[in-house]
Amino acid sequence: MTWIDTITLMRNEWSILIIFLLLLATEILLDDRRQHQLIPLAIGLFAVHTIGSFFPGKAGELFGGMYRTNDLLHFMKAILNTAVLIILFQSYHWVKTELAPHGRAGAFYLLLFAVLSGMYFLISSGDFIMFFIGFELSTLPVAALTAFHLKEIRSTEAGIKLILLAGLASGIMLYGISLMYAVTGNLYFADFLVNTDHETLLIFGLVLFLSGLAFKISLVPFHFWAPDVYEGAPIAVTSFLSVVSKAAAVFILLILLLSVLPELSEIWKMILYILSVLTMTVGNLFALRQTNMKRFLAFSSIAQAGFILLGILASEAVGASTVVYFILIYVFTNLAAFGVVQAIKDATGKEEMVDYTGLYRTNPRLSLVMVLALFSLAGIPPMAGFFGKFFLFLAAAGKGYYTLVLIAVINVTISLYYYLLPVRAMLLRTSDAPLAHIRSGSMMRIGLILCVVGILILGMYSPLYDYILSLTNEWLQ
Amino acid sequence: MDRLTILIIIPVLTVLALIFSTKRKSYRVIAAIGMSIQTLYSIYLLLEYLSIRQAGNTSEMVFTRSIIWFKPWNIRYEIGVDGIAVAMILLTSIVTVSGVFVSWRIKDLPKEFFVSLLVLATGVFGFFISLDLFTMFLFYELAVIPMYLLIGIWGSGPREYAAMKLTLMLMGASALLLVGILGLYMHSPLIEGQHTFSIQAIAHSPMALSDQLFFFPFVFIGFGVLGALFPFHTWSPDGHASAPTAVSMLHAGVLMKMGGYGVFRVALYLMPEAAHEMSWFFLILAGGSIMYGAFGALRQTDLKYINAYSSVSHLALVLFALLMMDAVSWTGSVLQMISHGLITALFFALIGMIYERTHTRDVTKMGGLMKVIPFIAMMYVMVGMASLGLPGMSGFAAELTIFVGAFQHSGVLERVFTVIAVLSIVVTAVYILRVVGKMLMGPIKTESFYHMDKARWYEKTAAILLLACILGIGIFPNWLYKLIRESVEPMIKLIQ
Repeated sequence: MTWIDTITLMRNEWSILIIFLLLLATEILLDDRRQHQLIPLAIGLFAVHTIGSFFPGKAGELFGGMYRTNDLLHFMKAILNTAVLIILFQSYHWVKTELAPHGRAGAFYLLLFAVLSGMYFLISSGDFIMFFIGFELSTLPVAALTAFHLKEIRSTEAGIKLILLAGLASGIMLYGISLMYAVTGNLYFADFLVNTDHETLLIFGLVLFLSGLAFKISLVPFHFWAPDVYEGAPIAVTSFLSVVSKAAAVFILLILLLSVLPELSEIWKMILYILSVLTMTVGNLFALRQTNMKRFLAFSSIAQAGFILLGILASEAVGASTVVYFILIYVFTNLAAFGVVQAIKDATGKEEMVDYTGLYRTNPRLSLVMVLALFSLAGIPPMAGFFGKFFLFLAAAGKGYYTLVLIAVINVTISLYYYLLPVRAMLLRTSDAPLAHIRSGSMMRIGLILCVVGILILGMYSPLYDYILSLTNEWLQ
Repeated sequence: MDRLTILIIIPVLTVLALIFSTKRKSYRVIAAIGMSIQTLYSIYLLLEYLSIRQAGNTSEMVFTRSIIWFKPWNIRYEIGVDGIAVAMILLTSIVTVSGVFVSWRIKDLPKEFFVSLLVLATGVFGFFISLDLFTMFLFYELAVIPMYLLIGIWGSGPREYAAMKLTLMLMGASALLLVGILGLYMHSPLIEGQHTFSIQAIAHSPMALSDQLFFFPFVFIGFGVLGALFPFHTWSPDGHASAPTAVSMLHAGVLMKMGGYGVFRVALYLMPEAAHEMSWFFLILAGGSIMYGAFGALRQTDLKYINAYSSVSHLALVLFALLMMDAVSWTGSVLQMISHGLITALFFALIGMIYERTHTRDVTKMGGLMKVIPFIAMMYVMVGMASLGLPGMSGFAAELTIFVGAFQHSGVLERVFTVIAVLSIVVTAVYILRVVGKMLMGPIKTESFYHMDKARWYEKTAAILLLACILGIGIFPNWLYKLIRESVEPMIKLIQ
């Protein structure tokens, strides 16, 4: 291993670190009143970083196996980068008007990039130490971000809630890791379960460990933090939590279960089966009654996580490919919905579903983006979400999980009901006092256009799925 | 570019033209031009098909094309038609183009209306040309979701409720269907180590009986809901009643036919053994539906509800004939789908025209319309006669074929339900004639009814087009019968 390898294998980490330091230096040198100049710098640098992350990298290990990477992991990081880039576009206006005047724009970007680097290490971890460092680094700064609304008490409350519960989850997870370590005597993923019987202690450790991850993905019954935090946090942070954070946690769950713990599959499949049914059903039932758009999307994203588990249950390269594919689609779809919520909040300060009544008459384009996003979430063709869901179900059915698929498709039907509620408000109803026409800024437009293109193209464009499958095949060989 | 993809491309291009056009007046013209081209193209396709058959091509499907789409799953864009599909395509384009003409005066959001209508049509056309279960399912869902917007935005009465009910029931049905399709896929024959969604491939090596018995109800009910099978028909009357005219036409004329077509092409064709085993149960449902629909229509006073229940009854006749599983019944069933598609489309178009003038759909409040709007009233009488099966109209040809086919079966259950189905015609005559008598004949009851606009050119165009087809089929049923029969025969041979 030469120093060149260290750079090429860890190029995402290096690159985000450089951006981080550049921003930090600029922030120190910049006058507080000229903080808004940071924003284009941050977005520009990160855009370059994102484009760079799409070039295929090399596979390999570093630091004696603590860090490992391959094409699939590179691709996962690229997905995360894309999501963050879209969030940066969409939050431009908010950062500029709310944060920059108070000299807090820099801190926002620095925290965000710190979290992202934590996710890189989380995904690339080769042992439980690195895993835990990545996990913490990708959780703790989010609590600070959640509390970024200075004036809103709910934002602070959300931050405290998140950090307390996240701390608890980390503790439980760490305890699980230590129990597993007690049985295996090993922390490295590469030969983790060699020469171990399936002792009760190991299973106990696994359950505790999984509950920590389930917390981060907000699977039922570890989801209680999600709605309050999602509602309290600034929209940019909410979309980050519900998309990027969830995606990273699903990725590492996928990697751990399929490549590190396949011998325990009987046990974790049983656990995931139950979690999946609970998550879909409870997430859906609670989403039915939400009136706040952020809370609504929060519960919808809980339910979506239940569907993702079907792909993990299907396991093997095929199941993994459907999960990665679904997440990629989910990123664009959910961010489109959050983007519209953000645009409307920026212009009018409103985020209740009632406020959207008759929106189509005054803001046809924004409403159309929202409708496309909701249809995609509900799995209506030709939107990408249809293909994502169909493949998840196909993979699960391929392993004989017909009952689970049946429960899932019934849940899809239920979810259609609440996805149609905002459509009803925006298109079917008219309002005496609809929101005025909104002219969103160019950055927001770029963010939304990216999402719409993703929603329309990603599903139909089959080579993309072939590519993901080839990556997962290579990974699980 | 192959012949069948053009059927999807024309509506898609029309939708794009609509999206980019900005003149309010031009929307309807664009939609009308696009759909007229589509109709002409469908006729051309029919002629082409006939000439290919004339030339001695006896393969089950013609104009086939199969492009690999998602390689890892062996999902293909596989298309092709036989006589049945060609006839359904022609029906769809005729109903759609008359639907566009009927909506000539739509005021609220006209662009969005025509876009939704054409997206719906695209889904239907795609459904009928699909030979791959995946694309078939995709087009099915594509056709259902615009209904929500069409009824929800442009509907009347409790439109939000009706739209939501319809969408949820149809999507719930498609959820069941999805499970069935996944089951068909997972038990399909392996070709080069891969399963297949191809209908033809599955039909030639069906799965084991035990698996068929498991998945057959999913598919049958999944499509049966769309075909308004009792007790899953409740979305249909409410949907009809709230929908705007053109949407009712497409809904009853075409969308519900997708249910019958799906039952026939997927459930019965791909799982024939299970169909034989379980037909008694669905026969009871279908037989119940026939009577239930007919008596339901008898009790209604709202014109749209009358025709909605009548549709339930007539479509149950389609399912009833399909379950008989013989060539004559199947031919009759397809004939009935086409005939009923034309008849209900015309019914709903006329109801729309009457409602526009009287502002009521309540039969008891109307009377003597024949005197003020003779064209529309005459049309209504004609189509009523077609619906109750007067010889010379398409309904007679279709129903007679069905009963002849069904009477071949000497089983007690089949015989009983055949008799019930025949008796339903009497009930049909009662509710049709009752409406004609109350609404069209007799004295004019309301002052304001004395002055009504005569039928306008676009209304006449739509009505005459549909009536011409009904009469055409009724007077010369033979060519259509032959067209369908030739395609049904190899299917029956395969599954027996």
